[in-house]
Amino acid sequence: MKIELKNICKSFNKKTNTIDNLSLTIEDGEFVALLGPSGCGKSTTMLMIAGIYKPDSGEIYFEDQLVNDLEPKDRNIGMVFQSYALYPHMTVLDNIAFPLKQQKVPKEERIKRAKQVAEMVQLEHLLDRKPSELSGGQQQRVALARAIVKKPKVLLLDEPMSNLDARLKIEMREEISRIQKELGITTILVTHDQEEAMTMADRIAVMKEGKIIQYSTPMELYKYPKDYFVAQFIGTPPMNFLKGKLSNRRLHLQNMTIELDREFLNFHGGEADVNVGIRPHDLKLGNSGDILFKGTVNMVEPIGHSQIVNVKICNEQVRFFVEPNTKMEYGREIEISADISAIHLFDAVTGRNLKNVHESQRQVKEYSFHSQE
Amino acid sequence: MGATSYRAETKRVLTPVSKRKKRIPYIIAYGVLGVTTLPVILMYLWLLLRSFFEQMKYGFIPVHFTLENWQFLWSSVEHGGSSLPSIWTATWNSFVFSGTLTILEVIIGVMAGYALARIEFPGRQALMKTTLLLHAFPSIALLIAVYYILNFMGLFDSLFGVVLVKTALQIPMTAWIVKGFFDDVPWDVEWAGLIDGCSRLKVWFTIVLPLIKPGIAAVSIFSFLSGWSEFLLLYTFILSDGNVTLSSYLQRLISDPNLVNYGLLSAVSLFYMLPVLLFFIFTQKSLMQVSVGGGKRV
Repeated sequence: MKIELKNICKSFNKKTNTIDNLSLTIEDGEFVALLGPSGCGKSTTMLMIAGIYKPDSGEIYFEDQLVNDLEPKDRNIGMVFQSYALYPHMTVLDNIAFPLKQQKVPKEERIKRAKQVAEMVQLEHLLDRKPSELSGGQQQRVALARAIVKKPKVLLLDEPMSNLDARLKIEMREEISRIQKELGITTILVTHDQEEAMTMADRIAVMKEGKIIQYSTPMELYKYPKDYFVAQFIGTPPMNFLKGKLSNRRLHLQNMTIELDREFLNFHGGEADVNVGIRPHDLKLGNSGDILFKGTVNMVEPIGHSQIVNVKICNEQVRFFVEPNTKMEYGREIEISADISAIHLFDAVTGRNLKNVHESQRQVKEYSFHSQE
Repeated sequence: MGATSYRAETKRVLTPVSKRKKRIPYIIAYGVLGVTTLPVILMYLWLLLRSFFEQMKYGFIPVHFTLENWQFLWSSVEHGGSSLPSIWTATWNSFVFSGTLTILEVIIGVMAGYALARIEFPGRQALMKTTLLLHAFPSIALLIAVYYILNFMGLFDSLFGVVLVKTALQIPMTAWIVKGFFDDVPWDVEWAGLIDGCSRLKVWFTIVLPLIKPGIAAVSIFSFLSGWSEFLLLYTFILSDGNVTLSSYLQRLISDPNLVNYGLLSAVSLFYMLPVLLFFIFTQKSLMQVSVGGGKRV
């Protein structure tokens, strides 16, 4: 089901808007993540879609039907809460069958369908237990089963994996993605974990202070962040930033001056303080790139398939990857380099990305994304 | 090797001393508690013995076993020249009074508690502050005003009238206790119910109420016990023999200090205590278990 939010505002006190004039369209069958730091309004947005909160102004449409005043029970949605919100006084089977019971599905069919869904999330052997007798991961599966049992049009996931350990998280991530694809259900995921959003979602809406900063595919967010906030939020380890100065087409960075192409910049004259962003993956040991930095090794973190090296350049620090068998010593002087095409420039005041995104690049990107599906 | 043997040796020397030392605080605590509770325990023991014997020599040595004091169970009692109403009428009335009180108090208290815990309405804060004040208000100060009201409504000398008065006085505390239980129910569980297809009222009934069962149990027990032991209101507003309750019945036995039959008094007192004891034994389990929540806490 297609969901459309139009100019939504919501405020809990009279002074500030928790959600500030937010518009968002979610296509039928799409998996969208609302990503942002805590307190950015992503859960509020989701609860408005669920019908728990009512927007102060603006409209919410489900498939062109205005649902502002529709009760949650009439919206045909399923939701998984961060706390799972299972009914502690009911068995697993009763928990899963509860939404069907509310729809007055006959008992036999209800149990049959609940068992089917339980099988889907591998819970069939735990049906008689109470939620308190389950592990966190199992409780999470029950919550998921309960959310999808009535075949809802929309599935809402409110930080469903924040209580799981790292390994279980990866497992559940795959499972939720699989079930979502299998059922073709329009899904919204609220999360503060960019990795979760990147791996699961078709599109991500990055939110900050009640506003959507950028709404695009994971790869596009990664490659062409519109804004400093998006750039520093997406990617692990996070993008490196160095302070620089831009005057016309000259970039002053450290003690270098770099002449930039006319087409490279979406910046018209004058001077500006900029944050120069370089992804850790784009920095290479040695002097093979266009821009060369000299620094001392500050810290080395081996992570198996490679090492994360923290380098101090003048007063700033950057992280990058090296091969696992390269020997890095603390305090050693090294040279690292990056290509000009790999750097991002952000206005230090407005946060806007000053790099020109070529339309051609964008189109290629979208095409390749759709063909993957 | 040397180190281990050394450790074993010192342990052997140290244990008896430290064990005795550890026990000292317990011995002191139990000693003090034992001495202070002894009079209470002895009084109950005296009560039990007194009801089964003809007299107590020097006040504490029971003489001559008898069941005469328990005669009130099957025959009417003559006391101070007038005959008292049947004990079974009084018992039935006490049960009716406590039972009705409990039902009313729990129904109203649970609804009020939910409203205080979950619903935003103007004056909510002020109401919460004043409810506690109302509870602290001594009921004796209200007697005259309540008399006029009951009289006006034609509820004087009726058990139901006193039930209403008692309920009104008890509701604030009940609502306050129940509110605490509702506060512990996470919003998420309630929202999940709404999304799973319930109306607000149905969520309250099918999901939230079962979660606060221990709270409801606790409140019911408290209100039943307080109804069972209620004396002042019943004594003041009930006159006729047909409406007498156990507490007023006891009062009649001791109304004239010169004519107190201690054997009878002890037997009736024990009879009055019995339901409370039984009730407590059967319900204390639900008083103890308090657990609310829908899975992992955030």
